[in-house]
Amino acid sequence: MRFFDNRNTLGRVFMLPAGVLLLLFLTYPLGLGTWLGFTDAKIGRAGEWVGLDNFQFLFGDSVARLSLFNTLFYTVVASIGKFALGLWLALLLNRHIPFKSFVRAVVLLPFIVPTALSAIAFWWLYDTQFSVLSWALTRMGLIDQYIDFLGDPWAARFATIAANIWRGVPFVAITLLAGLQTISPSLYEAASLDGASEWQKFWYVTLPMLTPIIAVVMTFSVLFTFTDFQLIYVLTRGGPLNATHLMATLSFQRAIPGGALGEGAALATAMVPFLLAAILFSYFGLQRRAWQQGGNDK
Amino acid sequence: MAAVTLNQVRKSFGSTPVVHGVDISIDDGEFCVLVGPSGCGKSTLLRMIAGLEEASGGEMRIGARVVNDVAPKERDIAMVFQNYALYPHMTVFDNMAFSLKLAHASREEIRQRVDEAARILGLTEYLGRFPRQLSGGQRQRVAMGRAIVRKPQVFLFDEPLSNLDAKLRVQMRTEIKALHQRLKTTSIYVTHDQIEAMTMADKIVVMNGGKVEQIGTPLELYDDPDNLFVAGFIGSPAMNFIPGKFTAGGIVAAGNVTLSAPAGVPLESGREVIVGVRPEHLMVSDAGLPAEVVVVEPTGADTQIYCRIAGVDVTAVVRERHTFRPGETVRLAPQLTFLFDPASGQRLA
Ligand SMILES: Nc1ncnc2c1ncn2[C@@H]1O[C@H](COP(=O)(O)OP(=O)(O)OP(=O)(O)O)[C@@H](O)[C@H]1O
Ligand SMILES: [Mg+2]
Repeated sequence: MRFFDNRNTLGRVFMLPAGVLLLLFLTYPLGLGTWLGFTDAKIGRAGEWVGLDNFQFLFGDSVARLSLFNTLFYTVVASIGKFALGLWLALLLNRHIPFKSFVRAVVLLPFIVPTALSAIAFWWLYDTQFSVLSWALTRMGLIDQYIDFLGDPWAARFATIAANIWRGVPFVAITLLAGLQTISPSLYEAASLDGASEWQKFWYVTLPMLTPIIAVVMTFSVLFTFTDFQLIYVLTRGGPLNATHLMATLSFQRAIPGGALGEGAALATAMVPFLLAAILFSYFGLQRRAWQQGGNDK
Repeated sequence: MAAVTLNQVRKSFGSTPVVHGVDISIDDGEFCVLVGPSGCGKSTLLRMIAGLEEASGGEMRIGARVVNDVAPKERDIAMVFQNYALYPHMTVFDNMAFSLKLAHASREEIRQRVDEAARILGLTEYLGRFPRQLSGGQRQRVAMGRAIVRKPQVFLFDEPLSNLDAKLRVQMRTEIKALHQRLKTTSIYVTHDQIEAMTMADKIVVMNGGKVEQIGTPLELYDDPDNLFVAGFIGSPAMNFIPGKFTAGGIVAAGNVTLSAPAGVPLESGREVIVGVRPEHLMVSDAGLPAEVVVVEPTGADTQIYCRIAGVDVTAVVRERHTFRPGETVRLAPQLTFLFDPASGQRLA
């Protein structure tokens, strides 16, 4: 059949199943969610088009505004923490240490454990009466009263951030480690002959060579943190006093238990511009460097 | 600038000895080439001088100072790496300026010294480019530029030309030599290419298996090799070796071919020896040894004749033009021969 001899036709035919799947499972829910955001749909009742009403309402809603603040705070602090700890771990693992491969495997553990499971572990760690952390701190004489990790708004914010960092660090560390290993050792040798101290080697060689990878890994990290749901839902369900409600958890809360599908969907849709901004920032600001372009080999 | 002295320098990786007690003294301003086959420890020795590798024994001096325990950056040396090791994220200018910047040189001084180095190396128009945007030869020059802006006591080169094509290699060889004549900085240059060694060196150190085989000027090594290894390593095409027995009437090789012995050699009759003859010392002559021609390669200036004498493959280089054919027997007379001991490889005469 001549029809199938044409490379372009054949290519399109092969892409068809993938295209249909993408359309079905990606575009359709996204489209439906966005559309719902512009309706007054409730559970069990198809909605009417209401334009920007939902967004206007959310803008005036102090809980929604608090969730925006929480999400930004959570994302910024957790991402910085993951970056700092991840980079430090990667640098450490890149050295010659005993039981290297074993240590590397151990570092990956938090990443492998299902989030819900690790969240339950943290829940125990943060328990008002049985917290190991409080117990240890009391024993060391640092505090004289058990900390109410998940009961106080700011303590809860930092407690959830700590759990998120613990979970996210392995991904950052292992990816940065892979990046570190692509840096040629002779660059460090050249730098040490050029008179660089350890710190200067890090600042002038390691960090700039690592920026493209940092950009990619931190973009992913920011996206995952911004949209985090599981950890919060298991640990605090958004409490106390909505102090740890993220946009994702609040959106679910409003839509499913609350029944206001349209409002929940609008809240979820409101996250999209932030995510797009993060992607664009990393794409234009960090990822593309002049020194990586041009030339043709190596 | 400074002299470099190595005294019984050793290196082992774990329990594997790689460099076995090397003594070399390099004068101030000298261009010294370390040459030897792959894996003989040249890079290791150079890296010990640079301080990138710790010596397991012996003493290294730069000038009067013992540098065994001195950090690389305190040794006041610059090194050109085989892969150039340019910082990919810095422009040519920044690559060359990096060491000066770390040494807190003033802005004007940096600009002035980088510009001067760029002018010497013909890099002025590339100062704003990144290493990726340069050709291999230009990168090589940037690596040299990075070394010369610092005005160090010693330059170290580790096979800097091995990534270049043949033509560029010859050109850069000349440029490095010219640069040395201009700056007169003590230089240690590692290569496995004996032609590079012969053409560039004031002093050649021939290494083999972690030991120094011989040290001398290019012509000393060529005219007066100490042993079989040096005789075979220096010179291109390589020296021919024909095994035989020493007798009063000459050296008898396989097939009763008799070569004349160098005069006045006190050797007992019947002793096994190896005769060394350089290709250019074989002359076509009616009084010569019978040689069966295998391949003839005219290069224009001279002709290389691959043939068999006494059952051994031999190369001869003759200046005259002959029309020999493969299979034909010609007569070749050695003009100058060396004698070596087959067991130890030491030169006998
Ligand atoms: N880090 C190392 N650990 C163990 N052995 C090593 C190490 N570096 C080099 N060697 C060994 O030391 C010997 C000398 O290596 P070196 O790199 O000095 O050789 P070279 O003379 O520079 O060879 P080439 O011409 O191929 O560069 C080799 O046998 C090599 O296998
Ligand atoms: Mg080497």
